[in-house]
Amino acid sequence: MTHSVIIQVGQCGNQVGCRFWDLALREHAHVNKNGVYDEALSSFFRNVDPRRSDGGGGAPGSRITALKARAVLIDMEEGVLSQVLSGPLQQLFSSTQLISNSYGSGNNWAVGHHTYGSVYHEQIVDQIRRAAEHCDCLQCFFLIHSMGGGTGSGLGTFVLRLLEDEFPDVCRIVTAVYPSAEDDVITSPYNSVLAMRELTEHAHCVLPVENQSLMDIVSKIQLMSHSSKSVSVVKKDCTIISGKGGVSKSEKPFDAMNNIVANLLLSITSSSRFEGSLNVDLSEITMNLVPFPRLHYLVSSLTPLYTLADVNVPTRRLDQMFSDAFSKEHQLMTSDPRRAMYLACALMLRGNVHMSDLRRNIQRLRPTLKFVPWNQEGWKTGVCSVPPVGHAHSLLALANNTCVRASFSDLRDRFTRLYRKKAHLHHYVCVDGMEVSGFTEALHSLSDLIEQYDTLATPSHTLPLNAPRLSIAT
Amino acid sequence: MSVVTVQLGQCGNQIGPEVLSTVYEDSTGAHARTYKECSYERFFREDAEGALVARAVLIDMEPKVIAQTIAKASGSGKWRYGEKSHFCQKQGSGNNWANGYYVHGPQHKDVVEDLVRREVERCDRLAGIFAMMSVAGGTGSGVGTYVTQCLRDTYPHSFILNHLTWPYGTGEVIVQNYNSVLTLSRLYTLSDALVVHENDTVHKICSQLMNIKHISVSDLNKVIAHQLGSMLQPAYTTDSPAHYSRNPIGEMLSSLVCHPEYKLLSMLNIPHMAQTSLEYSAYTWPGLLKHLRQMLIANARMEEGIDWKVCVPSNRAEGGRNPHVGFNRSLSNLLILRGKEVSSADGGAFKESGLYVPWLPADGTFHTWHSPVPFSGYEKLATLISNNQSLLNPLDNIVQKAWNMFASRAYIHQYTKFGISEDDFLESFTMLEQILSSYTHL
Repeated sequence: MTHSVIIQVGQCGNQVGCRFWDLALREHAHVNKNGVYDEALSSFFRNVDPRRSDGGGGAPGSRITALKARAVLIDMEEGVLSQVLSGPLQQLFSSTQLISNSYGSGNNWAVGHHTYGSVYHEQIVDQIRRAAEHCDCLQCFFLIHSMGGGTGSGLGTFVLRLLEDEFPDVCRIVTAVYPSAEDDVITSPYNSVLAMRELTEHAHCVLPVENQSLMDIVSKIQLMSHSSKSVSVVKKDCTIISGKGGVSKSEKPFDAMNNIVANLLLSITSSSRFEGSLNVDLSEITMNLVPFPRLHYLVSSLTPLYTLADVNVPTRRLDQMFSDAFSKEHQLMTSDPRRAMYLACALMLRGNVHMSDLRRNIQRLRPTLKFVPWNQEGWKTGVCSVPPVGHAHSLLALANNTCVRASFSDLRDRFTRLYRKKAHLHHYVCVDGMEVSGFTEALHSLSDLIEQYDTLATPSHTLPLNAPRLSIAT
Repeated sequence: MSVVTVQLGQCGNQIGPEVLSTVYEDSTGAHARTYKECSYERFFREDAEGALVARAVLIDMEPKVIAQTIAKASGSGKWRYGEKSHFCQKQGSGNNWANGYYVHGPQHKDVVEDLVRREVERCDRLAGIFAMMSVAGGTGSGVGTYVTQCLRDTYPHSFILNHLTWPYGTGEVIVQNYNSVLTLSRLYTLSDALVVHENDTVHKICSQLMNIKHISVSDLNKVIAHQLGSMLQPAYTTDSPAHYSRNPIGEMLSSLVCHPEYKLLSMLNIPHMAQTSLEYSAYTWPGLLKHLRQMLIANARMEEGIDWKVCVPSNRAEGGRNPHVGFNRSLSNLLILRGKEVSSADGGAFKESGLYVPWLPADGTFHTWHSPVPFSGYEKLATLISNNQSLLNPLDNIVQKAWNMFASRAYIHQYTKFGISEDDFLESFTMLEQILSSYTHL
């Protein structure tokens, strides 16, 4: 079994991360009833024997003594991390896994990236190395941070570079939470664009998630489960947004939204944690979904989101799940993949789903979707036998789709509006290591990316399709 | 003589045990007493307690499938795998042929060679090595190709037969066509013959002939195992008409692969049906063979939906460059008949010279094996292993799709980082175009 390490940076990163740990524990507790530290648990948790001073512990197969998360928690404020240390998840982390400061990054990417980057460089490398040394076979780093603030976007992308330098062969998957257009942080477009350049150049794969989409999904679910007339048909506790059954009892304001992102991470890692008839290794995700190195932004959608309890027969519900995965309402970004061009698409199923269900649905949906000419059959599929808690089955669709360009060019517009007036620029350039050229380069990088997606999206781009085959002299 | 099975990757390690189980169950059946010993010697050895141990080596880069396979075999209480005959790592090859071939393969060369050598040394006489893998993923295809190459170096004079599972046209692995092209081009020079099963074809057999509603991977594997079992179980052959043949792979290759340019073999079985309908079926040999012959010439993969209008071109000149509409020309065929009244079956219709290329002597193109033992509950069963044009289309599709992708250089960076170059790709494409051209001009 391979192991992965989660690195959560900044307020948002840590909140999402902690929801992941809570829900992951709930999921394992649901499957693993006898308290044995099994292979599945080992992928994200260590089993530590508190009586041993060296921090070593039980191997898979032994009883659970104390679980420690394979994680590094970084924040430059104390609030969230001290809540973690005093909260119900405190035993999952030892204080050495935490790196914090009390001053914050002031919503300034440059402060996070350059100032804190140089100060905490060694400490971060040490912590990550230690986490890596605890892994038998380290497969993947999951980095979670937001794009809009200072710590997550600045220091988070600094960590990304560190990972590339220190562990070049280990897969780097970033879950990046993008700010909504009405974000209360004025400089969030700067921070996001500066961070994006780093993501484009140094990540293997990025799962962008937009705050706006999360808010829409949560309010829709709440509306459905609270409106009186539909009470009878809607399951009250949609496990995707509810943390019920986890160790944290009181729900905090952003928990519902963060739970969705945590569920995304649970789904993407399910196949490397549990068994299935069609295993998907984490490295297969980038291998199949990233045809060109920079174009590695994967739009994700989770279904079922709005669990209706009584929608007829099971097959209909199953097929509905597939259809929903492609609908606008289920994307974790405001985007409509059906109207744009697919470069590749992965369907990761959990639960009791057959090969024939998969094939039938691909056949059914394929005509409604546009794929680039050289990848007309760009489907990657996986089936993991363990469904999420409270569901019979679930589906995570990951799409490398040109629809991301809409969000990205919105972001570019917001950036340009600020940058044209040179607003707040001085806060950045006064930071050691930050140059004005950093802004133009980041903008260039983003424009290049948008243009690359644009070229692929234009129908005239049939490129060298039907390029003459090699001919053989006979 | 014995066959050493080498199971590679997830697919190989799932089909392998199905084949061994099929062979075991068939050999222990009431009618099979006559070849039980011969079949056991072929695929199994006995441990100190007299229990059957498969002459097999299991190789995968991740542990889950191998663990399941081993547990399932020993759980059956009928046969098991050798205690030290498997090798696995923790991290798969990530659907990347280059990762399997250039990284994992060389890294574990010694261990794997050692495992196979130990199994080979346990055979009184080695009939050949049977390597099973898929061409779509990373481990079966990449590591599988590398291992085949090592085996070819170590056993230059032994027969190596590869069984390849070709992926569905769509839906499993996006880079499957690249992986297939790289695998096939290399294996073609290493292996003595490639027996191919296409998942799409097998899926159709499951849904239309076996009436399976929710088809799972294991259903597909069972059908493949059934077909392979009917090929590998003992039979009376041309060279050994009075005793069960002791050299199945060698005899098969000498009947079917007469030219190194042509080594793609496909299989046809008739009839195929759900286990529950077996006892209600009644077939006659002439009926079965008539269908089978038409399946062959009209390139139908199963007995349903055969185009009866296709016929053997009367004029030789019509063949070759202007193939007769829908006509599937053969290089050679091997017909294996098993079951009741097998001596009354007449395979004469397969001897017709119009079925074959003109440049082979008539006595070299068609062979029949037979056995009076009903195989796996089928009262009568005909298996045709054929070296013909039927894989031309699927192969052409694979090459076309991979070529389109290559023209945009999509996914190439994923491969080059493991040490393969664009020129290597081009070389593989050239090799496959050559094979396509050869088969087209039969």
